Amino acid sequence: MSQSTSNAQPINVLERERLVTNNRSLNWITERVTGIIENRQPFLWWVLFLPSVVLSGVLGCCLFYLIVTGVGVWGNNHPVGWGWAITNFVFWIGIGHAGTLISAILFLTRQKWRTSVNRAAEAMTLFAVMCAGIFPGLHVGRVWMVYFLAPVPNANAVWQNFKSPLLWDVFAVSTYFTVSVLFWFLGLVPDLATIRDRCKPGLKKALYGIFSMGWRGANRHWRHYEMAYLLLAALSTPLVLSVHSVVSFDFATSVVPGWHTTIFPPYFVAGAIFGGFAMVLTLMIPARKIYGLQDLITPKHIDNMAKIILLTGSIVGYAYLMELFVAWYGANKFEFDAFMLRIKDGPYTPYYYAMFSCNVIAPQLFWFKWCRQNLWVVMAVCMCVNAGMWYERFVIIVTTLARDFIPGAWDLYSPTWVEVWTFVGTFGLFMMLFLLFLRFLPVIAMSEVKGVLPESDPHYDPHHTGKLVENSFNGAVPFDAAAGQPDHSSPKAGSTIALPGNAFTLWIKK
Amino acid sequence: MSTQLKRVHGYLAEFKSAKALYEAAEQVRDAGYKRWDVHSPFPIHGMDQAMGLNKSILSLFVLIGGATGTTTAFILQYVTQVMIYPTIVQNKPANIFSLPAFFPVMFELTILFAAFSSIIGCFVLNQLPRFNHPLFTSEQFKRFSDDAFFVCIEARDPMFSREETKSFLEGLGGSNIELVEDEV
Repeated sequence: MSQSTSNAQPINVLERERLVTNNRSLNWITERVTGIIENRQPFLWWVLFLPSVVLSGVLGCCLFYLIVTGVGVWGNNHPVGWGWAITNFVFWIGIGHAGTLISAILFLTRQKWRTSVNRAAEAMTLFAVMCAGIFPGLHVGRVWMVYFLAPVPNANAVWQNFKSPLLWDVFAVSTYFTVSVLFWFLGLVPDLATIRDRCKPGLKKALYGIFSMGWRGANRHWRHYEMAYLLLAALSTPLVLSVHSVVSFDFATSVVPGWHTTIFPPYFVAGAIFGGFAMVLTLMIPARKIYGLQDLITPKHIDNMAKIILLTGSIVGYAYLMELFVAWYGANKFEFDAFMLRIKDGPYTPYYYAMFSCNVIAPQLFWFKWCRQNLWVVMAVCMCVNAGMWYERFVIIVTTLARDFIPGAWDLYSPTWVEVWTFVGTFGLFMMLFLLFLRFLPVIAMSEVKGVLPESDPHYDPHHTGKLVENSFNGAVPFDAAAGQPDHSSPKAGSTIALPGNAFTLWIKK
Repeated sequence: MSTQLKRVHGYLAEFKSAKALYEAAEQVRDAGYKRWDVHSPFPIHGMDQAMGLNKSILSLFVLIGGATGTTTAFILQYVTQVMIYPTIVQNKPANIFSLPAFFPVMFELTILFAAFSSIIGCFVLNQLPRFNHPLFTSEQFKRFSDDAFFVCIEARDPMFSREETKSFLEGLGGSNIELVEDEV
């Protein structure tokens, strides 16, 4: 290890790819992003918006029909009491996780490329969680009694059971939604001020003005703002990992064979991030094209996200195989049978293979750079993942419940038309909210993207672009040759624990 | 209602880049001004040091908020599960030893309260929302949220003087120097 890396000789390194391509100026970013709000929407926006509104109406009708008739209009019955409703709940709540991962975890790990996609991803999180909330809210049966979920005093003097993961879920999901809204709003404040300053006096300016809180971009404000942002990121990071863990506890703490496994929390979290990134790409690849944001959301961003999909998809594949292995190795007859019915001769076996090929095999294409750069391939894989993650939840919930301990209690499940249209309707609601977001709020976090431009560095030197940097690189730990001791004066030297993380970071940054 | 009286808020000077603003801030700090600020479209790395500011105390607020959340969740669960309405499920105890089952909700409320104290603390420390600031009377100031960088030295600074502060800002390389006045 005693290379000559410890002396201060600067070495020439390749310049890192720019996050904003074509040397765009600060003003260009403002004009391009606020232009989306200030100009008329493209025709395609209306083409997508009107069907979304219609589907949201269908959702409303289905929910109205359900409420006035009863939950019997859904197909779930003994033994499959959870059916599509909980499948859709877990599906939508999982979608949300990518937004928080981008906004919080990638912020803490200093992944600057996140700035171009975090706003849209966080918006997607909120809308996905809204769609998710519909299902358990109505699944409780009498929706007008839904406040029984919250620990408020009621006429029967009955209190909730805090030892139940279902109640943990109420707290986890509502906290997740609230904190995501706060985080999103904090990020929006400087950008809303930008729109405010460009508006003519009137109602629009007043509304943007109120929501921008009178922001003046003062450094005495940025100081607290950045600290608040950092703290929210630090709080959201364990939160996002906890939410899907708690969702998985709904299953894992039961004694149902096929659910009662310790692998569920990490498996669910990886799956959620996986499915969420697929949805981010599904939304952002068309949006960047329609609104001409190719210089802000570059092929580099898509490449990075494809790599995360590959990583998390492989973790999910590992979890699938490990479940099967443990079912065999654990020698629990019921669990073994539950998994055998999934993979061989069960009533829902095709769903298992659809799940496996969409979630594990399809993302493997992202090992190849050509596939990560061809947007049609990326979109196709993301569509597979979107479908595959829904299949995963269906396989976990329905195949397990349909075949539990006693064969006499077995029954099959199929959704009714109300369930199908409710689910389709939530896609309409999701798309409608996202399109309204594109219409009224800045889709790119302008102040953050401006902050990662090279000229935003207070020590930027425009005449010295072929950068020479000192070798204080994570991977190569500089050693003092004479003493054989790690050189602790170099930043991040000798942190062996961080190495696997660094290796991944380097691959993402490459 | 508008009157003829005007109150001087301070001098506003524009700088052409983040680098220029940073260097100007260091000199304003060294000149001994206290009531001044810089305005930029994005937070500039290292500007706190250039302005001579300390670390934000917001984290203290958040620590208190988070601790309040943990305590609230514990009290909520202990009172309802152990004192008022003990439910025996799966033969688990209804006393202090059921604490592990309370951890998820304690965790969630810690995060929730800490997040609220973070965002509320941020706006309280910044004295926002405030919609009527004198700087909003300046036409050029609107560009702070686009691509302009400003230094503003306020009239309430003890070192402020109409002539010397103006020439000081000119000497730093500031352009479009404007005396911002507010209607009284």
